[in-house]
Amino acid sequence: MTITGRVWKFGDNIDTDAIIPARYLNSADPANLAAHCMEDADPTFPSKVRPGDIIVAGRNFGCGSSREHAPLALKAAGVACVIAPSFARIFYRNAINIGLPILEAPEAAAAISEGETITVDLATGQITSPNAPEPFRAKPFPPFMQELMDAGGLIAYTRKKVNRHA
Amino acid sequence: MGLTLSQKILAAHAGKDYVEPGELINCKVDLALANDITAPVAIQEFNKIGVDRVFDPDRVVLVPDHFVPNKDIKSAEQAKMLRDFSRRYGLTNRFDVGTMGIEHCLLPEQGLVGPGDVVIGADSHTCTYGALGAFSTGVGSTDLAAAMATGEVWFKVPAASKFTYYGKRRPWVSGKDLILYTIGKIGVDGALYQSMEFGGEAISSLSMDSRFTMANMAIEAGAKNGIFPVDEITLQYIKGRLKRDYRIFTADPDAEYVAEYEFNLDEIEPQVAFPHLPSNTKGISEAAGLTIDQVVIGSCTNGRLEDLRVAAQILQGRQVHPEIRLIVFPGTQQIYLDALREGIIETLISAGAAVSTPTCGPCLGGHMGILAKGERALSTTNRNFVGRMGHPESEVYLCSPAIAAASAVLGRIGSPAELGLKEVD
Ligand code: SF4
Repeated sequence: MTITGRVWKFGDNIDTDAIIPARYLNSADPANLAAHCMEDADPTFPSKVRPGDIIVAGRNFGCGSSREHAPLALKAAGVACVIAPSFARIFYRNAINIGLPILEAPEAAAAISEGETITVDLATGQITSPNAPEPFRAKPFPPFMQELMDAGGLIAYTRKKVNRHA
Repeated sequence: MGLTLSQKILAAHAGKDYVEPGELINCKVDLALANDITAPVAIQEFNKIGVDRVFDPDRVVLVPDHFVPNKDIKSAEQAKMLRDFSRRYGLTNRFDVGTMGIEHCLLPEQGLVGPGDVVIGADSHTCTYGALGAFSTGVGSTDLAAAMATGEVWFKVPAASKFTYYGKRRPWVSGKDLILYTIGKIGVDGALYQSMEFGGEAISSLSMDSRFTMANMAIEAGAKNGIFPVDEITLQYIKGRLKRDYRIFTADPDAEYVAEYEFNLDEIEPQVAFPHLPSNTKGISEAAGLTIDQVVIGSCTNGRLEDLRVAAQILQGRQVHPEIRLIVFPGTQQIYLDALREGIIETLISAGAAVSTPTCGPCLGGHMGILAKGERALSTTNRNFVGRMGHPESEVYLCSPAIAAASAVLGRIGSPAELGLKEVD
């Protein structure tokens, strides 16, 4: 699957309180989450993000809380993919589990600028930017995560596993 | 090659003799936890799996603590989902208003976690139980849903870093100062994906409450878990509480660590983390003098009896500064009651503190003490991210209960030494 989208850039250590502030977590409704997505990092983000856009951020994206609402908010806001040099571990797990594509790609994260339109090939991890002569390469997913995603996420995978034992 | 403490526990729960960093394993869990923010999403996902029971009703615990006592209609509905689920699946351990507390204070207190356990919680501060020598870590709601159904979870075995503390503690230095100092040194991703193993002579004299505080903040260094060796102090704590068998694991002498840090306590003064990262730490001598509007003492980091005791010792016979709002929220009903019996609560209220029922409320800017634009709080909680306690243009500074209480009296950031106080052991 390939994604082509416009880039929004963010810095290092974007935490889950910035992605979706705790004050809105009295509801997990996607419309509520989308309306406040990234609000504390950039108050104008919810109004300017369009479906298919891509976030390119700095180190340790998604640090802080375990709230799955963070990747859910990004997905609900239409973010198609997040690229960063590194992700906080619970965020990484959550994103995979709910099917939000995320790519660890330090060179791409450093080189790509806001407003560019880039293309990401999820199967190969190849990231193409109009301003870079060569495509960038992201780290491929470990095999077990590939397996989870092929099954359609953790819940589908577990459903299969449970029924096999039944 | 030997195994670290976390690797030993993980290997045992995966039915293996040996595991190595980066290996993917399927692990049995001893306890699965969620709260009123994360459980509703987990329940939705659980319902999609198509099982009619949880893997073990004794080992799934849902604690409504974040927006409880229900702050509004939406949070009431979220909390009701937990209550309905707990009833429907016959969960044995049920806690609610009147018996509940902040999950990470509550579970150890109620004897639900023990040494050698593997615990997962849909809450990032699940790493708190590492203080008891358990491998415990935060996961997401979907992970938790799968574990509620199967009693198992996938892990990537973490590499470990070792943190050794030696020397004598300086006055008013607590576990909170040690962990803030450590995060200040290594950064908020200094232990990313790793296990933090704490040890050293200075740790063996540290109280259980201080160890909980330190393990609690391992996530603030990006760690998967933080863990302490089990000793007499641990065993004393679990005695009469823990209802299950437990196993004591120790790290192999030849265990491999990706990094080893040593900290001399002679060099560590009380710490304050400046906005907007827990790693933005300064010694109290550099931080003193900054004016504040609100002081918060409590949370899963510092809402235990030792914390309230220190605060009361400082506030005894003194008054909270007229320009400061001091909010104290004990971690559990039991801590509240113990503090009441010791006279701590009376001391706090006489000094002008507002004491709240146990809840996460102010810690995450949920309710019961939100900051306005431009306001500044000094807090014993664990996070000072932008907007964490209210308005995105408010500020949070993190510190120990001793610094918080002294600052509440001074009306600005300062230390108990400035009030002429000496620490009593
Ligand atoms: S007290 Fe704060 S950090 Fe602890 S569980 Fe509650 S919200 Fe999270």
